[in-house]
Amino acid sequence: MDVLDLTRLQFAVVTIYHYLFVPLSISLSATAAGLHLTWLRTENRKYQELTKFVGKLLIVTFAVGVVTGLVQEFQFGLGWSAFAKFYGDVFGPTLAIEGMLAFFLEATFLALWYFGWERLPRKLHAATIVVVAAGTLLSAYIILAANSFMQNPVGYELDATTGRAHLTSFSALMTNEVVLAAFPHTMAGAAMAGGGLLLAIGVWRLAADTGFRTLARLGAWLTLIGGALTALTGDHLGKVMTAVQPMKMAAAEALYSTTTGAPFSVFALGKLGHEKPFLTIEVPRLLSFLGTGSFDGTVQGIDDLQAQYVAQYGPGSYVPMIPVAFWTFRLMMGAGIAGMVLAAYYLWASAGKKSRLPLLPAFLQRGAGVPGWAKRILLLSPLLPAAANTFGWIFTETARQPWLAFGISKVADGISPGLTSAEVIASLAGFTLVYGLLAIAWYKLVVHLSKKPLTSEILDKSPAAEPAPAY
Amino acid sequence: MITFWFAILVLAWVLYFVLEGFDFGVGLLAPFLGRDEHERGAAIRTIGPFWDGNEVWLVAAIGVTFAAFPDWYAVLLSALYLPMVGILLLLAIRGVALEFRGKHDSPAWRRRCDWLLAGSSAGVVLLWGAQLGVFVHGLALGADGTVIGNGLGRSLAPLLTPAAGLGALAGLLGTVLLGATFLALRTTGPVRRRAVALARHAGNAGTVGLLLAGVATGSRLTLVAAVLCFIAGMLARQGREGGAFAATALGVAGAVLAVFTAHGSVVLRSTLDPLWSLTRSEAAASPSSLKLITVAGVLILPGVLAYQAWSYWVFRRRIASERIPS
Ligand code: HDD
Ligand code: HEM
Ligand code: HEM
Repeated sequence: MDVLDLTRLQFAVVTIYHYLFVPLSISLSATAAGLHLTWLRTENRKYQELTKFVGKLLIVTFAVGVVTGLVQEFQFGLGWSAFAKFYGDVFGPTLAIEGMLAFFLEATFLALWYFGWERLPRKLHAATIVVVAAGTLLSAYIILAANSFMQNPVGYELDATTGRAHLTSFSALMTNEVVLAAFPHTMAGAAMAGGGLLLAIGVWRLAADTGFRTLARLGAWLTLIGGALTALTGDHLGKVMTAVQPMKMAAAEALYSTTTGAPFSVFALGKLGHEKPFLTIEVPRLLSFLGTGSFDGTVQGIDDLQAQYVAQYGPGSYVPMIPVAFWTFRLMMGAGIAGMVLAAYYLWASAGKKSRLPLLPAFLQRGAGVPGWAKRILLLSPLLPAAANTFGWIFTETARQPWLAFGISKVADGISPGLTSAEVIASLAGFTLVYGLLAIAWYKLVVHLSKKPLTSEILDKSPAAEPAPAY
Repeated sequence: MITFWFAILVLAWVLYFVLEGFDFGVGLLAPFLGRDEHERGAAIRTIGPFWDGNEVWLVAAIGVTFAAFPDWYAVLLSALYLPMVGILLLLAIRGVALEFRGKHDSPAWRRRCDWLLAGSSAGVVLLWGAQLGVFVHGLALGADGTVIGNGLGRSLAPLLTPAAGLGALAGLLGTVLLGATFLALRTTGPVRRRAVALARHAGNAGTVGLLLAGVATGSRLTLVAAVLCFIAGMLARQGREGGAFAATALGVAGAVLAVFTAHGSVVLRSTLDPLWSLTRSEAAASPSSLKLITVAGVLILPGVLAYQAWSYWVFRRRIASERIPS
């Protein structure tokens, strides 16, 4: 690998890692806010216990999100300084505004909420966690807008002398049609991620406390609803993407020639090339529908697009890595569907009212409860949305190749000049080691926190007897 | 406009180093000033609600650097690649150790977190100090504004200069003083007593060191720092801990200010040829971007300052070790 590939690998590793924790923070903060408000309204102690429990999960997850997010903030200068110069005028203000507007809010109000139980008036205290949840949505929106510029550059002009992008319209940047479609999709994916975690913890600790049953069902509903919303919003995102980056959709299906009424392959065995693979399972005309909204729509093929881009942008290959695009797209959808199936099964089997259906085996009966082996499978439910999120991003980012910002700047031109392979290898090793240890510590702590009885959350000390401040 | 943003940027960095400086200091000193788990818990609890908000000043500072001076951001980070990565890794360990410590009941877990916190805080402070030293000294920037070199040495070499060494020492001194005076101000009982004693000793040692350095180099700023250091130690001894903390914070702020303005309008000095240095106007973003962040900053930052101040007010009480549960 040369220094370019190493730097790309490092960007991918570090960003994907950040995005394992971010969706959890987004959905756990919203869940904590919801539980807190429910507790205020119902005065039911169970909801206070759950609020505190989810709050602890949130704090622990948030910490990892924060320290890995900090790395993101520097990455554009560390490895991609040429890109940072080219794109700094657009990206810099966006990052700065995100920091000032969203990160200060999240960090300050999360601390106010977490440490503020006995110090703030009840309603004001509940408001702080709502602010945190809103802050996470705000930061997600702004950073996705920055990423959407790379998918579909808008609101800029190229400086004739320096060749750099200059921001001309911030509102155009913030209302890019790609971010409008990607934000709901990623937020639905985030809901799934948090839902999967709560479902697994709830199922694992089901016997310990009725609160965990509530948690499991809450998690299952989040996963199921989030999953349905990812499909709906993903469908729309696919249409936007086909319009702005037709090559991506062609790559996702390994569709070489322009086709009307194009089929969608659920699965393929064999080489994905100009020839049809050895074995495919196809749904007729589905690709046309996904890409254009009509079963008879025309989807442009890779060969035609390549020829068109050569004419437009000059010689070179404009084809991304086909197998990566093809498989990550399917794995994203597949992992999401598998997660939904697990959640739906749990809701069905754990439903309060029993009802028997003649032909179904015992474990599939409604309200029959979940047998031990099925519990063990349900423990996997946090991994599926995490996998779907990861594959979705790998698809989005790699199928944009060779472009960094579509149509205006290529990946190979973005790297920091002078950077050496040895430096990137050293930093990649450092990130892998430290991030690996963080993940182990996070996992251990989540397991430890889940093992405690829910009631212990309320017995927290009261700081009322603290000495008066003396300065 | 460019000068205005340069001022904002320096302000963000100053705030970052002062604010996170005290929480670095507390992290560094906690295992030494706290003799048992409760005392350490009390020391660390003083920064629990603040460290993340403080660290966002780093996000803001680097964000503003990127927004207002993209070339500075690009050149600086890629030239100091490995030291910056080191800082980021240590900050990652530090934040997580701090946040994870109290969430687990095992004493061994807590002890491990305490030492990770202290070690990473020390490492970060030494690296930041060294980098500020490098700033003053300059980098081997070529004609195209990049640093060329081989292997790991390319971005590590700047750390092997006397300027970097001095910077690291100064960083350590400032942090220890900030941490000690902050703990003196925010705790009670034995932790407070030991923090006061440390502030006095560090103040005295710092005063002597800075005086010697000031006389040797003839730098007036160093002499001012020596005076502030002396005042901080003296106020700590008199039990006027708020004043002691303020004097230290002022000293650290002055030092950071001095580093950023050391070369006038040159933001990054080239040690190879003065012509290759990066100046403010070369590094600045386009007028439309500057206007955008000006509007955003004017609208957002007063609110940020207000709610951060409010959070300091909410958590103003001293923390006593006897009340830290196991
Ligand atoms: C739990 C997560 C999850 C699930 C179940 C799905 N997705 Fe997804 N998808 C993401 C999580 C995700 C993501 C990680 O959030 C991405 C990456 C970039 C983005 O904007 O969202 C993404 C990207 C992404 C893109 C590429 C956007 C681009 O390149 O600009 C498309 C076309 C879809 N998705 C479509 C779908 C469809 C049709 C799904 C049907 C079931 C689906 N996704 C399920
Ligand atoms: C958190 C979600 C994100 C994930 C998981 C992600 C993932 C990736 C991956 C896998 C790559 C490697 C692609 C390759 O090797 O070609 C990559 C590259 C890159 N991404 Fe993203 N990305 C995310 C968000 C962003 C955002 C918000 C930006 C903002 C501008 C961004 C900018 C880049 C850049 C500059 C590269 C390097 C150039 C390249 O190789 O394509 N990414 N990202
Ligand atoms: C590659 C570009 C990215 C950068 C530069 C970046 C930067 C950061 C930073 C600095 C933080 C810490 C904030 C703090 O100190 O409180 C953070 C956290 C966060 N980021 Fe990212 N991020 C990136 C990708 C993403 C993406 C793609 C999303 C969402 C779609 C996202 C959503 C969040 C959220 C919600 C948080 C707060 C929750 C948490 O800390 O876990 N980030 N990010």
